[in-house]
Amino acid sequence: MTLKTTFLGAAATALVMAATAAVAEPALIYDLGGKFDKSFNEAAYHGAEEWAKETGGKYKDIEISSEAQREQVLRRFAEEGFSPIITTGFSFSTPIANIAADYPDVKFVTIDGYVDPDGHPNVLSVLFKEEEGSYLVGMLAAEKSTTGTVSFVGGMDIPLIRKFACGYAQGAKAAKPDIKVVANMIGTDPSAWNDQLKASELTKAQIAQGSDVIFAAAGASGLGVLQTAADENVYGIGVDSNQNYLHPGHVLTSMLKRVDLAVKEAMTEGEDLKTGVKIEGLAEDGVGYAMDDNNADLITDAMKTSVADAKAKIISGEIKVHDYSADNTCPALDF
Amino acid sequence: MTDIAPAIELKGISKAFGPVQANKDISIRVMPGTIHGIIGENGAGKSTLMSILYGFYKADAGEIWVDGRKADITDSQAAIAAGIGMVFQHFKLVENFSVVENVILGAEDGAFLRPSVSKARKTLKQLAEEYEMHVDPDALIEHLSVGHQQRVEILKALYREANILILDEPTGVLTPAEADHLFRILDNLRKEGKTIILITHKLREIMEITDTVSVMRRGQMTATVKTAETSPEELAELMVGRKVLLRVDKQPPTPGEVILSVKDLHVTDDKGVERVKGISFDIRAGEILGIAGVAGNGQSELMNVLGGIMEASGQITMMGAPLPLSGKGSDGFARRQANIGHVPEDRQREGLIMEFTAWENTVFGYHLDPQWQKGPLMDNKAIRAEAAAKMDRFDVRPPDPDLKAKNFSGGNQQKVVLAREIERNPDLLLVGQPTRGVDIGAIEFIHQEIVRLRDAGKAILLVSVELDEIMSLSDRIAVMFDGKIMGERLPAQTNERELGLLMAGISGEPGKEDWKAVEESLAAVEQEEASQNG
Amino acid sequence: MDRMPAWADVVLVPLISVLLAAAISAIAIVLIGENPWEAFKIMVEGALMRSSGWGYTLYYATNFIFTGLAVSVAFHARLFNIGGEGQAVLGSLGVTLACLFIPWPHWTLAIIGSSVAAAAFGALWILIPAYLQAKRGSHIVITTIMFNFIAAALINYLLVNHLRPMGSMEPASAVFPAATHLPSFHDMFSFLGPKMFRGSPANVSFFLAVIASIGVWLLIWHTKLGYAIRSLGFSESGAKYAGISPVKIMIIALLISGGLSGLMGVNATQGEAERLILNSAEGAGFIGIAVALMGRNHPLGVFLASILFGFLYQGGAELAMWTSIPRELIVVIQALVILFTGALDNLVRWPLESLFVALRKKES
Repeated sequence: MTLKTTFLGAAATALVMAATAAVAEPALIYDLGGKFDKSFNEAAYHGAEEWAKETGGKYKDIEISSEAQREQVLRRFAEEGFSPIITTGFSFSTPIANIAADYPDVKFVTIDGYVDPDGHPNVLSVLFKEEEGSYLVGMLAAEKSTTGTVSFVGGMDIPLIRKFACGYAQGAKAAKPDIKVVANMIGTDPSAWNDQLKASELTKAQIAQGSDVIFAAAGASGLGVLQTAADENVYGIGVDSNQNYLHPGHVLTSMLKRVDLAVKEAMTEGEDLKTGVKIEGLAEDGVGYAMDDNNADLITDAMKTSVADAKAKIISGEIKVHDYSADNTCPALDF
Repeated sequence: MTDIAPAIELKGISKAFGPVQANKDISIRVMPGTIHGIIGENGAGKSTLMSILYGFYKADAGEIWVDGRKADITDSQAAIAAGIGMVFQHFKLVENFSVVENVILGAEDGAFLRPSVSKARKTLKQLAEEYEMHVDPDALIEHLSVGHQQRVEILKALYREANILILDEPTGVLTPAEADHLFRILDNLRKEGKTIILITHKLREIMEITDTVSVMRRGQMTATVKTAETSPEELAELMVGRKVLLRVDKQPPTPGEVILSVKDLHVTDDKGVERVKGISFDIRAGEILGIAGVAGNGQSELMNVLGGIMEASGQITMMGAPLPLSGKGSDGFARRQANIGHVPEDRQREGLIMEFTAWENTVFGYHLDPQWQKGPLMDNKAIRAEAAAKMDRFDVRPPDPDLKAKNFSGGNQQKVVLAREIERNPDLLLVGQPTRGVDIGAIEFIHQEIVRLRDAGKAILLVSVELDEIMSLSDRIAVMFDGKIMGERLPAQTNERELGLLMAGISGEPGKEDWKAVEESLAAVEQEEASQNG
Repeated sequence: MDRMPAWADVVLVPLISVLLAAAISAIAIVLIGENPWEAFKIMVEGALMRSSGWGYTLYYATNFIFTGLAVSVAFHARLFNIGGEGQAVLGSLGVTLACLFIPWPHWTLAIIGSSVAAAAFGALWILIPAYLQAKRGSHIVITTIMFNFIAAALINYLLVNHLRPMGSMEPASAVFPAATHLPSFHDMFSFLGPKMFRGSPANVSFFLAVIASIGVWLLIWHTKLGYAIRSLGFSESGAKYAGISPVKIMIIALLISGGLSGLMGVNATQGEAERLILNSAEGAGFIGIAVALMGRNHPLGVFLASILFGFLYQGGAELAMWTSIPRELIVVIQALVILFTGALDNLVRWPLESLFVALRKKES
């Protein structure tokens, strides 16, 4: 028994050694949604891949499968000397706050999460002003709409998604004060991120209520929204990555959230990563709206001018977009 | 006799199910044109043997010869082709098909039904006249009485030109009158040269109808004798392996005060059908009141109400105190508190938990007694000790309290129930079908225990579909039909025929005791039922 | 008369089932180009050869013990409670309310309070399905699974709208006060060495699970109530004969079942997360079904099966970390174990029974 134990232990140590050999490789931990969610986590993956291609560097990545694994994987990766350890999703902020002090030499990045920089000097929190990007696509939606109704399909009903919805509604009402904004959430458990069928049904229901532009902020479920919008000959709006190419001519634009850039930057900085809190808004080009060949014909010059104008005003502070998560209320939409 | 080949000859048949040897080297010769009885206790291997003959099981060893030729009976089709027909204990009829449809089912001549139907109609008419088996070919099975359904089963076999008929416990579901008629049919068949194998555990039937009888015990054929040359006592001894007292030995009763009084009891089942329609009776200390009746005429519901399983309306008093018939205080626990013991009709579904060990079953229904508590827990040790003692007193075999109930034979299961209920010395004991599926040796013991309790001054309510049992055990007999008590008789002043008429719902005078009257009355009852259903 | 000796039923059948599942998993691992022996070594090393691995294995096992016991208690009454997930989530809510709104002076008191709350909330969550089953015959499988969804929606609503600290992005409650934090194995066994169980979530609730196992064993086989539950389970007509009220016993058995599921919240929410998160049960309610099946509804069997599944969970996490075996394949491995030990039980049992019968015949 002891012999076997030693043997197994040795084998595993050898394996672990192989992993430790490349000290200070970055690591990327995806949230429960998984690496290929066509959205948030996948954007992080693309950022990491881009970094690897440009620098020839190597990184370690893992998809967790349970809540308890968050802290476990963080610890194991920290113990093996990976740094920075980049995580996607706000759920990592608490585990990082719990363990960061035990590994002062390792740097942690929480994308979408917030860890108090006081007392956690080795953590970088990257936050996005989703409400600003959503505001702009809300304006585009309202201006494109001929029916006077636009809508929003959210994934799981959580504050983050309400933040998207609230910004969208504000933008729509700024463009057309009498516009009707319909908002629905797909569900209340994590399966809502991956339910294209229900997303499609909600979309149809919204179209029946008169909506002709639908913004999807619903992870992989959003694909169902865009598909249905295209099938019903109305417009969809993509999220996180540029999804304009999915149904050219039917995706009005995409609300960009540059998770890929955030990951790439963190990997590039490597061990010299500047910690603290980084807020990515319009000014930092962390959020925005996508323009390319696929939607060039859909956006008129007048629309271009008006959003460009609004963008400038938001950056300058002349327009203040209300952040739902600041006080859990939304001036433009009831939940 | 040696010139005639036997209709059926089995040579050295053996069959094992796992470790259980169900049939061991069985040889038997059944001569054509005779009724051959096969008798044996439950589990003696009778049904297995017949299933082999009918092609349901394949024998491990041995040969089957039909009409002097070796037959290879691999399935029931082959059995039918060899001229063997089988009437099962539980009929295999399609309830919502007509008689003629059931008869041709599986024996249709071609793709179209019409020619088969008209042919069958003709044949049925012919058979009915030949063998006194009249049934309306267009009646639906579900509208027929059990006796008529059985007739359809026999017709089915004859329609397939069976020369050899096997009947498995055919009288279990019949009234005595119906059973008598069945035997007359069998007699007619025998006269026409058909061969009949009759499987039963009732000695009386063997003596009444068979020519030859074979006795089985523990998978083996212990004897084959001419019926005329044997006696019930000898057959019982061959079945059990020791001398058996067939008559219940009891003194005249000495009834005391009224223990249980039932007045105008009505029971409606959960389907909303009234099963007991206003019955009243008393039972006194030191007497056995037997309730006779064909199964399904309200006896079970009566027992269930008294035992606290069903709710009812009316009035019952136990030693002067009223017992609630519904709601709080009307459950089995409350009945036990009122000192009513209950040996239920179905020991496997009610009286015992088959998956429990014998010792766990020893306190079934009494598990709340403080006697079995030790602090917050049950005193399993004390229960096991009590179980061992009870099993010893009631000669339960094997005397192993840790054996699961399902692993005991029927008789020993019943003894476990009886020991539990009798040993608590109840003022009133409800006993339902005490010897159903119980071997002869155990029947003797069970009957003695019931009489002993009566002699100790307790009241006993006995429900049984076995008329013999009712006649020999009861001090008074009440007959139930369709939820009502048709009449009360003293055993010494009545006979099976009279009780049989009462069981068929005819509270007739002794003068009406001939067959025609019974037939007419039965037909009337059936028609009434049919019109109710229609 | 039983066809197989008890040891074969309890040990041999599950063991062969697990080996079969392992063999098929190995084939799958070979097909994706990895070395199954290496994978197995990583699982064993990561889950059983380090104290922190044990810390995770036992943490998962604690969850499964509670939900497995819950399924088995209901099953003794032949009721199939597949709502362990929802009841565990509600149990977590009970724990959260007890920890956040009662100022406990010390964890020893807090764990008593939170356990009561967890059991009460879990039981409450099965009350309506239990009542509907007992009184109206609405099938418990249907109602409890629907209550899982209702539970998820309720918790989401409460977290998003009420329990979430202002300004927090995450739908999770505030972190519980330090006095309610349960000692982890690391805290408890640090006298054996500073690295003992370091960073692993196993905590004192494991012993609560052990106590619950013993309690269930006593309940089922040594009390009047357990006797009544088993009677009802084997035969409802028998129970009625014995004066046992099926309605009452069904409801009580299900309440106990729901309470046991709810107790899982003490481990997952108070012991590990120290706050209420969405999806705090994470499928443990369903694993409980597999665990109960595999453990033959006996607390000792449930306990051992829970350790096995804890091992699979922790070993699976190690596989994900150190190999390129995708997360989905790890789920497949776990599913194969469930399939073979639960659904395909007779695949192993029948041939084995015949084998034993044949052997016995030879002997005699």
